[in-house]
Amino acid sequence: MTRAQKIEERFFKLLMILATYFILAILAVIIYSIFEKGIKSISWEMLTQVPQGGYYYGKGGGILNAILGSLALAFGATALAFIIGLPVALYLNVFLIRHKKVISIIRFLLDLVWGIPSIVYGAFGFSLMIFFGLQTSLLAGILTVTLFILPIMIRSMDEILCTVPIGLQEAAYSLGSNKSEIAFKIFTRQSVSGIITAVLLSFGRGIGDAAAVLFTAGYTDHLPNGLLEPVATLPLSIFFQLSSPVPEVQNRAYASALVLTLIILIVSLFSRGLGKRYHKTKINF
Amino acid sequence: MDQTTKIEIRDLNVFAGKTQILKNINIDIPKNKITVILGPSGCGKTTLLKCLNRLTDLYPELKVSGQIMIEDNNILEAREDIYKLRQQMGLLSQRPYPLPMTIYNNIAFALKLRGIRNRRETHKLVMHYLQQANLWDEIRTRLREPASRLSIGQQQRLCLARGLAVNPEIILADEPTSALDPISSQFIEETFGRLKNDYTIVLVTHILRQAKRIADNVVFMYLGEVIEQGSVEEVFGNPKMEKTKLYLGGTFN
Ligand SMILES: Nc1ncnc2c1ncn2[C@@H]1O[C@H](COP(=O)(O)OP(=O)(O)O)[C@@H](O)[C@H]1O
Ligand SMILES: [Mg+2]
Repeated sequence: MTRAQKIEERFFKLLMILATYFILAILAVIIYSIFEKGIKSISWEMLTQVPQGGYYYGKGGGILNAILGSLALAFGATALAFIIGLPVALYLNVFLIRHKKVISIIRFLLDLVWGIPSIVYGAFGFSLMIFFGLQTSLLAGILTVTLFILPIMIRSMDEILCTVPIGLQEAAYSLGSNKSEIAFKIFTRQSVSGIITAVLLSFGRGIGDAAAVLFTAGYTDHLPNGLLEPVATLPLSIFFQLSSPVPEVQNRAYASALVLTLIILIVSLFSRGLGKRYHKTKINF
Repeated sequence: MDQTTKIEIRDLNVFAGKTQILKNINIDIPKNKITVILGPSGCGKTTLLKCLNRLTDLYPELKVSGQIMIEDNNILEAREDIYKLRQQMGLLSQRPYPLPMTIYNNIAFALKLRGIRNRRETHKLVMHYLQQANLWDEIRTRLREPASRLSIGQQQRLCLARGLAVNPEIILADEPTSALDPISSQFIEETFGRLKNDYTIVLVTHILRQAKRIADNVVFMYLGEVIEQGSVEEVFGNPKMEKTKLYLGGTFN
């Protein structure tokens, strides 16, 4: 190595280290401030009661309505997106194997819709609701969030499925498996941990989004009671609480943010554990 | 010699776009013998094997024409029965690809495809095929472990057992020992020696000594063409073509 190369290498190494720690520091500050402010206002009451005195001005009561609403909405949408998304991803990788052009067009379109901001999905959901004469409801929220996370779900599963080695596929075909057996028994098993990551990613996006549910799921002080009733969600309750002029109510927003962060953390840890269990049978090439 | 032909390859041509990978291949593969396909890397041996069990279907860029007759059945024309057809042949690839499941289920998966679901029969046959592939004694206590934990040599024998479990008549092996240590290679070779009484074996290799040790018939290929074929004594003892002489003499590889 020449002297110039050495200096260059040092320089870029330093840059990478700085960038990495910069990002980590920012993350730490965000998480710290959520915890620091959230811990102060969080209480048993907040976790177990519905808001009192209205969600906008209310200092009393809790956010149980939003916790349960967000969980119902995110689990519903994630489940639905999974049920629709897995077959699509498998179809791309197993059944369309002889049509490379079609695959790349579909991938391109999915990447395109992945980039559409969630408010557009919200507006789309809303216009459909007007068309059908529906009111804001858990169902409308689930359907809209499903649409919104579907490209994320499909493409991230697709990225994993397309790493299944052709040699493994040949081995399975040579035994006389047909395409559905290859799809559901070989591709899914080989990709379990990646599929779980895809589901988790979609769940995180779904539960954290405010814009898609703003017009579709609505908001309410009540606990969720049925698919056709409006539900409260954590992102919206954070939004409303933060925009309150009352400092105490503003602080409650951090408590809500803390709860949202903890939900995502718990779901992540749980699915990591699940992924590890299946990781053992994966063949490493 | 009382050779009945098991596979008859006639005017087989394979194109990938404009390049021709296989040129007018004509080969007779005798029943219950070991036919070794020999030739330098890139001459089309793997592609030839993939034509035999129609794995070429997975590669849309490959255009296959000609005839491959297995008992009056042109397999290149078979449409519906492609999955059944593949069960007539067990495949052993260059490196082992165990399925992402337990050792036991690797075999049970193949048995299920053959229609065997009864648990006792499955147990019996799993043991039987692992014994045939010379693996049973080593792993009899580890059947419920993931296949990924086996050594490469054991994985290759597991793949052989799995290939046998679909009850094929033909075994296709593509340089099956090239990723293995000498001991495992010897295991596989010995197993082939035993299996040829019941199976027609097509073995691709570039190891001349291996070919000499176990071949009954030899097909020598070069740049997508069959240069010479015949019994192992003829081809090794008295090669007719200049290219064969050069290859066997180790002049090119
Ligand atoms: N799917 C494919 N598309 C394009 N070229 C291919 C394809 N498969 C094989 N080939 C080419 O065909 C030739 C023969 O390949 P292969 O059958 O793998 O040879 P061998 O097994 O004898 O080493 C090589 O030049 C290879 O690059
Ligand atoms: Mg090859």
